[in-house]
Amino acid sequence: MRRIPLARLILGAALGGLLAASSARAADDTKLPKVEWSFSGPFGTYDLASAQRGFLIYQQVCSNCHSMNQLYYRNLEGIGLSEEQIKAIAASVQVPGGVDDNGQPIQRPGRPADHFRAPFPNDQAARAANGGALPPDQSVLELAREGGADYLYALMVGYSDPPADMKMQPGMMYNRFFPGHQIAMPQPLQDGSVQYTDGTKPTLEQEAKDVVTFLAWAAEPEMVERKQMGVKIILFLLLLTGLTYAVKRKLWSDVH
Amino acid sequence: MVGLHKSEFKNPLVRWIDTRLPVFTMMQNEYGSFPTPRNFNYFWNFGALAMVAMMIMIITGIFLAMNYVPNTALAFDSVERIMRDVNYGWLIRYVHMNGASMFFVVVYIHIFRGLYYGSYKTPRELLWMLGVVILLLMMMTAFMGYVLPWGQMSYWGATVITNLFSAFPIVGKSIVTWLWGGFSVDNPTLNRFFSLHYLLPFVIVAVVFLHVAALHITGSNNPLGIEPKGPQDTLPFHPYYTVKDSVGICVFLIVYAALVFFAPNFLGNPDNYIPANPMVTPAEIVPEWYLLPYYAILRSVPNKLGGVLMMFGSILVLFVLPWLDTSPVRSARFRPIFRQLVLLLVIDVIVLGDVGAHRPEGWWVVVGRLATTYYFLFFLVLLPVVGKLERPLKLPDSISKPVLGGGGPLPGGAPAKPMEKA
Ligand code: HEC
Ligand code: HEM
Repeated sequence: MRRIPLARLILGAALGGLLAASSARAADDTKLPKVEWSFSGPFGTYDLASAQRGFLIYQQVCSNCHSMNQLYYRNLEGIGLSEEQIKAIAASVQVPGGVDDNGQPIQRPGRPADHFRAPFPNDQAARAANGGALPPDQSVLELAREGGADYLYALMVGYSDPPADMKMQPGMMYNRFFPGHQIAMPQPLQDGSVQYTDGTKPTLEQEAKDVVTFLAWAAEPEMVERKQMGVKIILFLLLLTGLTYAVKRKLWSDVH
Repeated sequence: MVGLHKSEFKNPLVRWIDTRLPVFTMMQNEYGSFPTPRNFNYFWNFGALAMVAMMIMIITGIFLAMNYVPNTALAFDSVERIMRDVNYGWLIRYVHMNGASMFFVVVYIHIFRGLYYGSYKTPRELLWMLGVVILLLMMMTAFMGYVLPWGQMSYWGATVITNLFSAFPIVGKSIVTWLWGGFSVDNPTLNRFFSLHYLLPFVIVAVVFLHVAALHITGSNNPLGIEPKGPQDTLPFHPYYTVKDSVGICVFLIVYAALVFFAPNFLGNPDNYIPANPMVTPAEIVPEWYLLPYYAILRSVPNKLGGVLMMFGSILVLFVLPWLDTSPVRSARFRPIFRQLVLLLVIDVIVLGDVGAHRPEGWWVVVGRLATTYYFLFFLVLLPVVGKLERPLKLPDSISKPVLGGGGPLPGGAPAKPMEKA
């Protein structure tokens, strides 16, 4: 069910309870848990330490199955990594490097100007390795799901054994937040899936929060700049509105 | 010298141009001294706001087009490139994307203003009809623009909407193939949509020009719906309404900026951040919010052709509105029954919008059908009948009377000219 917020908003008043009840989501336990995000609200910014830990998880876990084709290694500057760190990260993977003098395709170490390396050469290979399901590209995944960061977080922590009366398809996992509750992705994160270097305790909740912060940054790397610009522009416009209104009052004072 | 225009401008350069091509005189007459009813409320801002929105769309669109690639393999990535690698590309795109919504909000309020105050009545019928042409062009432009980023909703929206034409008997299938430029929505479709999405805004500009030209022949309507009787009823457009419009533009920009900078994807559909995939149908295919009421009408009719005809009919009926309304009184202020009915129509259209956002199941079907019925009932039955039966309130003698509380002296700084145009 896709919600159209504006129409909803206005309509809430107009239509009242009857319809709301008929369209409400079924069970309460599929309601997304509320998470405090560093990047929510008009002044929110990304918690860079969390985003860096999230990148570590992406690197060690998610990137085994998920591509992130819109990002370049150089973009990692945005989560506060230094040039040296970025060079080292890029150099740690082999990327296609064109052809050699005999026309044979070659591999070379990555550079900051390279796209993130994809785990599979094409969708078919990705499906073949994942029991027929395609792990979606993660570049804008945070924007591509209803619920955004809250949903991604819920998905990470929503795995459990299926209810007794549920018939699971072969190879499918139970996740109470996934539409239909049967997901082809095995639970990617558990307590202690990664070793954090900054002393943070790698609980499942902490890992989920960190990787989602990283995914949110990846989807909207411009967000902090955007909000900061927005604050200035809105303050300016408020001032301009006040001035214009004062001029209008003055000009019209002899009319009424 | 024969043929040179007599210019009143003093500046030698301006005068030189104006005597040969009197654009300055025209601007002075149409936007400077133009006699405008003195009693406008803030609803009269929305024409100017639509003009601003249109200009913003064209400017941002031209910059987007410099970096956008109309090819099914590259379109989605090119939009992401605009967002990430083009300097301030995210700003340009978010301004364009939310600009479409702002444009429609403003135009819908503008249309409501016309309905409520009877601006479509004699002598402004053609002015009104040109407005409906603009609305149609806007809908086509926005629909094709939404296809360009080539996300899931772009692709499936295009498929569903173009497929509507297949409902027409005999020629339907051929029309659809012709629209697609092939046997499915594909690269040729994307290319022609891009071409038309670039073209149509300039057609809109041309029709807006005619719309404004027609306005300056009849003069503006006003909240009382009675014609100005003389200079005491009007004010020169500048500075009175230039400054009042400026206040409106500032407020408009604040709302617009709040969307662009703090909730740029609030009105969008998350599915459009998934690249188009002809093999996977989204759970729910919905158009952008501003097209939802028409979509609801389409889906409220059990028969496909019937639904398509009703959907087009819901806009076409606006063309004949001036002849459906039989009341000589313009403003709803003096039409107690019409006033209730037209406000109910507003709620009705909002309900239709919400219905359009939901799967046509259960209660939504019932609500959709009721709302569709009222929509057409209002225009085709209630307007003609109520115009005849209703007893309007007594109209004021003139605009200045209720405003000034008497025939009224001229305000000091308002050198009102007689209505040259009317
Ligand atoms: C073993 C491979 C594998 C790993 C590792 C993996 N995923 Fe997935 N992921 C998948 C597959 C396969 C799907 C598609 C599931 C489906 O469509 O049923 C998927 C789907 C998803 C989805 C989309 C769910 C939806 O609503 O459609 C998200 C979000 C996601 N993964 C996040 C992650 C994150 C974050 C990580 C790292 C912590 C991760 N995945 C690690 C295989 C993997
Ligand atoms: C009447 C004015 C216009 C309207 C209502 C309009 C509407 C839209 C809409 C709804 C989109 C999809 C936004 C998205 O989801 O990304 C879009 C995209 C686009 N428009 Fe326009 N547009 C207008 C004018 C123009 C003009 C004049 C140009 C070019 C000169 C243009 C170029 C583009 C391009 C290149 C895109 C694709 C990039 C993108 O999706 O962000 N538009 N338009």
